[in-house]
Amino acid sequence: MPRWGMVIDLDKCTACQACVVACKAENNIPFSSPEEAAKNRIISWMTILPIMEGEYPNLRARFIPRPCMHCDKPPCVKVCPVGATYKNRDGLIAQVYSRCIGCRYCTNNCPYTVKYFNWFKPEWPKEMKSYLNPDVSIRTKGVVEKCSFCHHRLQKAKERARAENRQLEPGDYIPACVQTCPTEALYFGDLDDPKSTVAQLARSPRAFRLLEELGTEPKVYYLTEGEWHG
Amino acid sequence: MAKDKLENLLVDVVAKEDAPILKPLLYTSKSFYRVVFVLVGIILFGVLAWILQLRSGLGITGLNQPVFWGFYITNFVFFIGISHAGTLISAILRLARAEWRRAITRSAEVITVLVLFFGVFNIVTDLGRPDRMLKIFLNGKLSSPLLWDVMSISVYLTASAIYLYLPLIPDIALMRDTLNSGTRRFVYKVLALKWKGTEQQWHLLERAISIMAVIVIPIAVSVHTVVSYVFAMTIQPMWHSTIFGPYFVTGAIFSGIAALIIAMYFIRRSYHLEAYLKSIHFNNLGLLLLVMSLLWFYFTFTENLTAFYGAEPAHLKVFWAKFTGGYAPYFWTMVLCCFIIPLIVLSNKKTRTIFGTMMASVSVIIGMWLERFTIVLPTLINPRLPYQRGFYHPTWIEFAVTLACFASFILLYILFTKFFPIISIWEIKEGKERGIKETEKRIKSYLPE
Repeated sequence: MPRWGMVIDLDKCTACQACVVACKAENNIPFSSPEEAAKNRIISWMTILPIMEGEYPNLRARFIPRPCMHCDKPPCVKVCPVGATYKNRDGLIAQVYSRCIGCRYCTNNCPYTVKYFNWFKPEWPKEMKSYLNPDVSIRTKGVVEKCSFCHHRLQKAKERARAENRQLEPGDYIPACVQTCPTEALYFGDLDDPKSTVAQLARSPRAFRLLEELGTEPKVYYLTEGEWHG
Repeated sequence: MAKDKLENLLVDVVAKEDAPILKPLLYTSKSFYRVVFVLVGIILFGVLAWILQLRSGLGITGLNQPVFWGFYITNFVFFIGISHAGTLISAILRLARAEWRRAITRSAEVITVLVLFFGVFNIVTDLGRPDRMLKIFLNGKLSSPLLWDVMSISVYLTASAIYLYLPLIPDIALMRDTLNSGTRRFVYKVLALKWKGTEQQWHLLERAISIMAVIVIPIAVSVHTVVSYVFAMTIQPMWHSTIFGPYFVTGAIFSGIAALIIAMYFIRRSYHLEAYLKSIHFNNLGLLLLVMSLLWFYFTFTENLTAFYGAEPAHLKVFWAKFTGGYAPYFWTMVLCCFIIPLIVLSNKKTRTIFGTMMASVSVIIGMWLERFTIVLPTLINPRLPYQRGFYHPTWIEFAVTLACFASFILLYILFTKFFPIISIWEIKEGKERGIKETEKRIKSYLPE
């Protein structure tokens, strides 16, 4: 059973936002107007957060892409009163949109604040409607959503492997953000397979995880030279 | 003519001096209708806001990412807190056989039952999909503190409704026997449950009341503890705190007493019940309020000192947001309203008058709402991952819905006073007939023969 995880090399990331755009297109995430964006209402499963390290005049601007960490011990799952967010058989943290009551308890207990709420009914410009991804369901007003590690791609990859009568191979399943990254700063694979790239990178001395001290055991690793002061 | 009718009605049934308690049930002044008119206006405005919110989504409020909770959750905690007025205070006073309780227990118990609905309503209003509310029962997951809330609040609502109803029965029976008008009498007849006042019935009733008084205390304590767990069980800075259970219970009793004093003040004034709700009642409740104020300060002090001294960066961000940052005006107003004003007013006998305790209570109510607000917001604005800060600017929708909750509560409360005696007639009578003798006997038993 693979333990799907992501590695993000911060030293390679140029903050070009291609991953953000790829994610939005892949996962049918609606656009938000500049007014709503100013109110912090943007939905963006993958976000690039700007960080200022140090204090003036020794400032250093950095960026950190933030998808869902798909924690092995997810704080959001325990607090959901209806089981609308859960750890699925593939070890990914999934959302059941049709069950979510929109209480936003999970959003508040996520220390990485990666969960998003549908403040309004999602809408697309007419021209965009034919570009919606048929593999990903559209969320209604009032429910919580977040990065799924493009779980639909895993299902497809599994089906294809089964049809071709073979095992799932590395590279069969990668999320849209990883596929898109022009500098190849994002890696994806099985953390439990010692030979996989992600497992090797996760063991590198450059690797760290966000808020590791909370014991949530996130499956997203970051790489950076030297110490991370974010 | 009106007076004669009242006197005739009451002959033989109630000692004439208890007639003022029944007066509000039989006569309604013009100013009552004026108040109802204003309240209904506020409620309609709130309903309009609520409908707009249901139609367009929670985006119409000031909530955002990562400030997912705001006024509604603040109101929820606040109203559930107020509900501790009744049941807990009245149960404790009953069990302690505090004779001065007799005139105030009912007005306290009514607060509990009515205000709980608005606590629950605010949770429903806060849901993104209120239409799926029942999934809590269908797909409920016990690991969520929200489910613990649903359970303890339902139990509390049931228990406190029974606890309000039981001591009402003899008074309802009295109304049934005194009134001769049609529909109202029929309702009383149904509610009185064939109460005839036999010795056996009295015995049963007294037993039932004392059993319920014992049961409701742990339930009440559990309710607000569980409300605090909604925050304390998370890993968010300054929510994840072991002190939250007792801190919330203290705050709840504190705001509950304040709500009771305010209610008593207006009942006394509007219905001319000066003979029943005396300055001694306000004095005693004022002293209780003072004690709770000190206890509240102790908890607030401990809670904040621990966060400050431990100096974990995530906690400190929330701490400074409250002490010097954007939430400082609310935080310091809270300290002023919950501690400084009540302390000054209530510790001085000259200012601990009926009016003084009422004003101190208003201050406490404002302060306790702000307390809930400064618990919910600064943490959400300063989440653990340090790269994103939030803000919260509530819109008129939240204000309108909040005001409508207050107005609806007041409306239901004053309507209750129009259908049921707000002071327990039989308990006052019992106090006169049995209470005095029993107390004398009790005091004698404390002393050497």
